[in-house]
Amino acid sequence: MLQLFTWRVVVFFFFWLFLQVLVSNAAGIDNYEEARRKMVKAIESDVRETSLYINKKSLDPRVMSVMGRVERHKFVPSAEQSRAYANQPLPIGHGQTISQPYIVALMTDLISVDPEDKVLEIGTGSGYQTAVLAEMGAEVFSIEIIGPLASKAAKRLQESGYDRVKTRQGDGYYGWEEEAPFDAIMVTAAAGHIPPPLIRQLKPGGVMVIPVGSRFMVQQLVLVTKDGAGALTTRQILPVRFVPLTGEH
Amino acid sequence: MDKKAANNQQDLAPPRLTILLVSAMALSYEILLMRLFSIVQYHHFAYMVISLSLLGYGASGTFLVFFRQRFLHRFSLTLIANILLFGIAVIACYLGGQHLLFNPDEMFWDNRQWLKLFALYLFLALPFFFAANCIALTFSKYRLKIAAIYAADLFGAGLGSIFVIGLLFVVFPGKLLLLLGSMIFVIGVVAWLELRLQPTWPTFCFIGAAVVLFLLPAAWTNLAISPYKGLSQQLRIKGSTIVEEQSSPLAWLAVVKSDLVPLRYAPGLSLSAESEPPAQIGIFMDGDSMNVITRFADDISELAYLDKLTTALPYHLLQPQDVLIFGAGAGSDILQALYFNAGSIDAVELNPQVVKLVRERPQFSGNLFDRENVHVHIGEARSFVSGSSKKFDLVQLPMLESFSGSAAGLYSLNENYLYTVEALQEYIKHLNPAGYLSMSRWVKLPPRDTLKLFATAAEALKNLGIQHPEAHLVMIRSWQSASLLVKKSPLSLEEIGLVKEFCHERFFDLVYYPGMQQQEANRFNIMRRPYFYDGALKLLGNDSARFMERYKFNIKPSTDDKPYFANFFKWQTLPEILNLKGQGGMVLLESGYLILVLTLFQATAASLVLILLPVTVKPHAPDQEAIWSRSRIVVYFFAIGLGFLFLEIAFIQKFILYLGHPLYAAAVVLAVFLVFAGMGSQFGQAKRIGVIWPVIIILGLGMGDLIFANLLFSVLNWFPGFIKVLIAILMLGPLAFCMGMPFPLALTDVGAAAPDLIPWAWAVNGCASVVAAVLATLLAIHFGFTAVVLTALVLYGLAAATFPAGKKLRGGRSVTG
Repeated sequence: MLQLFTWRVVVFFFFWLFLQVLVSNAAGIDNYEEARRKMVKAIESDVRETSLYINKKSLDPRVMSVMGRVERHKFVPSAEQSRAYANQPLPIGHGQTISQPYIVALMTDLISVDPEDKVLEIGTGSGYQTAVLAEMGAEVFSIEIIGPLASKAAKRLQESGYDRVKTRQGDGYYGWEEEAPFDAIMVTAAAGHIPPPLIRQLKPGGVMVIPVGSRFMVQQLVLVTKDGAGALTTRQILPVRFVPLTGEH
Repeated sequence: MDKKAANNQQDLAPPRLTILLVSAMALSYEILLMRLFSIVQYHHFAYMVISLSLLGYGASGTFLVFFRQRFLHRFSLTLIANILLFGIAVIACYLGGQHLLFNPDEMFWDNRQWLKLFALYLFLALPFFFAANCIALTFSKYRLKIAAIYAADLFGAGLGSIFVIGLLFVVFPGKLLLLLGSMIFVIGVVAWLELRLQPTWPTFCFIGAAVVLFLLPAAWTNLAISPYKGLSQQLRIKGSTIVEEQSSPLAWLAVVKSDLVPLRYAPGLSLSAESEPPAQIGIFMDGDSMNVITRFADDISELAYLDKLTTALPYHLLQPQDVLIFGAGAGSDILQALYFNAGSIDAVELNPQVVKLVRERPQFSGNLFDRENVHVHIGEARSFVSGSSKKFDLVQLPMLESFSGSAAGLYSLNENYLYTVEALQEYIKHLNPAGYLSMSRWVKLPPRDTLKLFATAAEALKNLGIQHPEAHLVMIRSWQSASLLVKKSPLSLEEIGLVKEFCHERFFDLVYYPGMQQQEANRFNIMRRPYFYDGALKLLGNDSARFMERYKFNIKPSTDDKPYFANFFKWQTLPEILNLKGQGGMVLLESGYLILVLTLFQATAASLVLILLPVTVKPHAPDQEAIWSRSRIVVYFFAIGLGFLFLEIAFIQKFILYLGHPLYAAAVVLAVFLVFAGMGSQFGQAKRIGVIWPVIIILGLGMGDLIFANLLFSVLNWFPGFIKVLIAILMLGPLAFCMGMPFPLALTDVGAAAPDLIPWAWAVNGCASVVAAVLATLLAIHFGFTAVVLTALVLYGLAAATFPAGKKLRGGRSVTG
């Protein structure tokens, strides 16, 4: 009698557990979609605030739509999943971070990627920015110097269906000579200076964007433009709305 | 305690050697913690964490208010238990603390970091708590010998400061942690023998434990360096290894070779650069800011990249015969001077170990520091200039800090005598008539240090009697770095032409030259507005004061009395930046200053709790007759706690330039203060001196020393080192001697009137010391070090006024009962 009771309890427990998993998964899907929507709203609000600096009131709708589609939670470590869609940078191990979604959107917008553009990314990191660029329709080439990060990101991108992305583990200083020139280059790894080979691999009319600062805080975005004649200019963009003098607008 | 017991106690000698050693170890640990946290974290957080952990002293006093009687019954065993706990905590609490993996960078994003920070405080306060228990218990037990115990405490701290600074030259910080832990166990043996406890076999156990502690496996005791620091990042790259380490109280140096991926360190390199730097070896200081030794082969064309930096500008304007470089580091700027065929190069470097590391690699560095025309001097740059009569064609101040540190405002607490108005005047005086002073900084947005430096240069030129400073200045910038040139004579049109050409070829922007038009600004590295040009122009105009007032960062020139060049913080900007938090606006926060304020706030709040807790929980029957009322104790002991530290800190600063090295200044001044104060403490008791006399002398000597210290640097800087130290002893010794008296005189008196309040007075004094260290820096930032000294003197005056009337001539003896 007692045995039968115990069995029932065990069966009931597992059934309950199964239900829990089902419910939580379903809730998870809903939660993530809802979280992404909220994240996009947060980005839009940041963009409005900084419109003065980035010279536009809103980002390219294609960028915003991509930000709403790419599953960021798949690119963060499991310990950070609950914060995957918060508008903040997160640690991903190996002393690296996944950038703040607002910065990812802003950088993607700055290089204005068109479908079929060739984009080179130095510093794959988690692979999230790579996925955003791929989702924009670009042909993405991404190099990561830290071995374990490179292999993990490559696997993750493959599993998420970004088959056209080409990744490589190694030194990004010399770019990807065989595939050059590029329409856009994104240097998401900290750079002591802008490597001359990367400038050479930029198409006339192409742009390069570099975030400058620490792992958790972007101080400024540097946008390098090569005009049709090959002349270079840079623009320095503060990612926040701030003027240094009182009373100045 | 009855009279008989008190008499017995009077006959016994307090364990002075034990107290001396415990105090020496506590101070050693404090300095060691600063080193350890500078390595695993960042210096400014080390400062905050350690300041607050010293509240362990205050906590000890509060704790003993409740448990004093219980512990005094078993004094010997309690003392020894506290020593042993101190020894264990020294090691365990640091190791536990570093494994909390607190990351200050995430504080604005992740609230869990605040909890970790709080836990870190608690961990690190424990060792100081146990050490302070030893001293406070001994005060309570031998309350008629307080002066002798206090003297031992001060002597110990003085010796500890010299001891640990010496040891840090030969032992790595990680190993020193174990060494301190085991030495503290040996102090347990000393205490056992000093207290004549029987049997003696436990002493062997202590020695055994000391050996075990020292031999703890390395895997347990490795330093957990933040993964976000430069060295950790570099070591992630395949083929990067540390090939040599050096350590001193100044920094831990790690020499890194990267075989597969070259380091390619060339910050500020022009976009027009065609080539990359040759092979380099990195030297990381405290796991961050990298310096490089660049391979100097016979083929000089390998160094062509040195012509593509903003720092190359002066070499295009003149062919210098005599060059002076501040911060030789691993030699990048010497290399640049050699590349441009400079005649003779003098370079000053603070850290002798950096120089040694370069010298040990003559083949790689091309014997850089030992070439015929290169002269490397070890010391503080300002002292070197002021002590030299040589004139130079070019004085170079390269970018000395790491970019990330500089950008985050982490250096704002560091006193910096290189960029003050007086400093720039001194450099300009040492230029030949057509010579240049060249200073380079990282570009921060919105502009901060570059504009502050520009304002400082303009003011220095004015102070030197130059009518038109605007004719002597040139500033250029890349997207990453900016260089400011100050010429002793006005710039010629030809030179201006060369500047324009230099910038045009390298995609650098002109920020300012005499006669520049707005359309020439902001051409290659484009900002929304030509902020740098606008700022420079405003700073030269009649309205410069108003411009600095309206600017959202503090860009007013710093002076020797307020040497905080890197403090750009303004309170009025704070609300705006906090509003931008979500967008990552925290990058605009000059966090160094705020950390200081936050530290003061936390220290004050914690002190209030520690001081008020005994009052609220254990209300003392109000005694109208009591000579030492609680409020009197608070005012008196807080005032002398603040006063002592204020004078100590201010005079360390005043002596940095004179003694020529911040480390020697700290060691000499600390040792003089503590040892002489110890002697004063003894003397005061022996002579039954009244508190009013030492205070009067403190006021007189304090004023005298202040005036004299300001003259020292300008008048007596030519003396050899040992005479300078002797002058420091002669000046500060008598002052410190008197400063050693007020504490024991009053505590003895408190002990006679209300022995229960001894630990409480100790708690008040402990809390005051913590608040004092932070408050002194804050006062110095706003009002200067002169104001810190004056405030200290007022505080001593206040203490004297608080001392009970009629007691002043009896000092060292109990008068009640």
